[in-house]
Amino acid sequence: MSGDTILSVDRLTMRFGGIVAVQDMSLAAERKKITALIGPNGAGKTTVFNCITGFYKPSGGTIRLTHDGGRVIALERLNDFRIAKQAKVARTFQNIRLFPGMTALENLMVAQHNALMRASGFTFLGLVGAPVYRDAEKHAIGLATDWLKRINLLDRADDAAGNLAYGDQRRLEIARAMCTEPALLCLDEPAAGLNARESAALSELLLSIRNDGTSILLIEHDMSVVMEISDHIVVMDHGVKIAEGSPREVRDDPKVIAAYLGTDEDEAVAVMESGS
Amino acid sequence: MTAHSTNTAKPATGIPALLKSAFVNALIALVLFSLMIGIRTEAGSDGQLTYWTRFGELASLVAAVFGGSIVIDLLRQWIGPTGTEKLIPPAVQTGMSFVGRYLAPALLIFTLLVPVIFYDQRYILDLAILVLTYVMLGWGLNVVVGLAGLLDLGYVAFYAVGAYSYALLATNFGWSFWVCLPLAGILAAFWGVLLGFPVLRLRGDYLAIVTLAFGEIIRLVIINWQELTGGPNGVSSIPRPSFFGIPLDNSDNGLAAKLGIEYSPTHRIVFLFYLILALALLTNWVTIRLRRLPIGRAWEALREDEVACRALGINTTTTKLTAFATGAMFGGFAGAFFATRQGFISPESFTFQESALVLAIVVLGGMGSQLGVALAALSMIGGFELFRSLETYRMLVFGMAMVLIMIWRPRGLIGHRAPTVYLTKAQAISSDLVKEGHG
Repeated sequence: MSGDTILSVDRLTMRFGGIVAVQDMSLAAERKKITALIGPNGAGKTTVFNCITGFYKPSGGTIRLTHDGGRVIALERLNDFRIAKQAKVARTFQNIRLFPGMTALENLMVAQHNALMRASGFTFLGLVGAPVYRDAEKHAIGLATDWLKRINLLDRADDAAGNLAYGDQRRLEIARAMCTEPALLCLDEPAAGLNARESAALSELLLSIRNDGTSILLIEHDMSVVMEISDHIVVMDHGVKIAEGSPREVRDDPKVIAAYLGTDEDEAVAVMESGS
Repeated sequence: MTAHSTNTAKPATGIPALLKSAFVNALIALVLFSLMIGIRTEAGSDGQLTYWTRFGELASLVAAVFGGSIVIDLLRQWIGPTGTEKLIPPAVQTGMSFVGRYLAPALLIFTLLVPVIFYDQRYILDLAILVLTYVMLGWGLNVVVGLAGLLDLGYVAFYAVGAYSYALLATNFGWSFWVCLPLAGILAAFWGVLLGFPVLRLRGDYLAIVTLAFGEIIRLVIINWQELTGGPNGVSSIPRPSFFGIPLDNSDNGLAAKLGIEYSPTHRIVFLFYLILALALLTNWVTIRLRRLPIGRAWEALREDEVACRALGINTTTTKLTAFATGAMFGGFAGAFFATRQGFISPESFTFQESALVLAIVVLGGMGSQLGVALAALSMIGGFELFRSLETYRMLVFGMAMVLIMIWRPRGLIGHRAPTVYLTKAQAISSDLVKEGHG
């Protein structure tokens, strides 16, 4: 684990008034691996996510992102858009947040805003139609087209994102996050609401993204997806980490089963033993 | 059985239901009008209050509501539910899309020819200049409201900044219109950024209230800062624009004398017409260009979902500020034009009513649609003039027209959104999907 860590969260605490949503939570995500964060509803997974992606400012603890070149960024000190722009952390949302009135292609173009903005000379070069910008736009359309091909939506490129089927919207949101060319991709329940076939396709997509060299941090309830693709799993309950390890280790951990069944640990062990 | 059960979802039809709803409506009308129409009060000859009843008028009004209610219900059952598209048969829709494709170029050609066709009709030329001014203001505000989704109720402030910038620079320093025009735009944009900073965190209603207040503050400052602005007396004898240095007057070095043609005051009107047309087209061209640039896409993305924008690394602060600044700059240009056209400006020209009118043009036109805004400006300003003969009933007719349009086309005359980039074919996006923004 100590080898090539891209993200290390250390003693993260998040309080909302008197409520402690996350307490002294530590986790590490390895580079070019899929790390899953699981736990029952209300365990604080999304809070951890929002702290990492800058939507919340943590009450305590540190979040360190190490880039390929060894550059270390303290995420807890950056705020909202800078985490995506400078630290190259992209995220998706539990409830899909596409731009419904813009086409699928436009959604992917907006994701490349910062690169295009530089190429357009902060609008001034673009306004006069400089070739620099035209080339950059062509390149951006190329990247967007590649992603549309990968998520199998090329023929829907010019349709409004709000008109796409639910599963397609999920995949488009992942493609949009990938168009920011992130180092770390954070997915908040990407398989929610998908059927078995779509979940399988999603697993394949996530594995291919990982194989291309992007690290993934994943919150997911769909255990078939989590167990199939995760390299490392962190389990949370009531704002604290209760277990971590490989999918197999986590699956057999009585604490995890207890958390999911909502029973005592002893009972869970009894259930497991009677089952096996 | 099944046929019956499918019908239950529909509102009850048939004569009893019809009569019932008409009766309820008539009852509401009776309660409403019993005091407003039924009793008339007036000061008597000795100053005492006299009143008399008008039951005849009251009865006829209630009867009209009763009858009208039945007619509307019948129409509704006949045509089906009112909606944006459903009311119009497909044949008409395809015809309209055909017209829509050629409407913009046809309108542009007609506009270019207006001074030729109506050369002798000063009234129409003046009206055309007024309409074009509002087209430009509408296009400017469209950047803020239509594209970025920020509800700005104080747009007139930038119009005022532009007008006073030109008026004061020209009267105090004698600078020419062509030098002051960009300055007026820059100053207005600067004030746009100044307004933008404090209101960045506000959304929706709160943003609207603060921008409304900003518009009033600017007006009050103009009224009270008498040494600079002349207060309520305004600024007078503002220089007229020159044709790139050549004055448009009756003098020996005027344009008419140089061209060797007879001088006519219409020359200046025609020049002003083409000037505002050029400014409006510049606004349009820049806006269309900006929409296809990353900044324009970011504006629209901001309108659609601000949180998602932040997650994609878009700096929402600067994105909002640029929208405010761009819209304000066009407002400033229009203001400078207004000052040079009128030759006299005073705070009275920059009341909240102007902001409301420009906003109404943008909303009526269909937020974000350039052609829609132009059509809305034409129908609003032109409509005002058209109904002038109706005198006091003008506002009534106007209000009714607005209500009808909002029922039939709730997202404005042109509610579709055209995509800014496409792979194979640009498809218009239905207004049902496009967000209005939350400020």
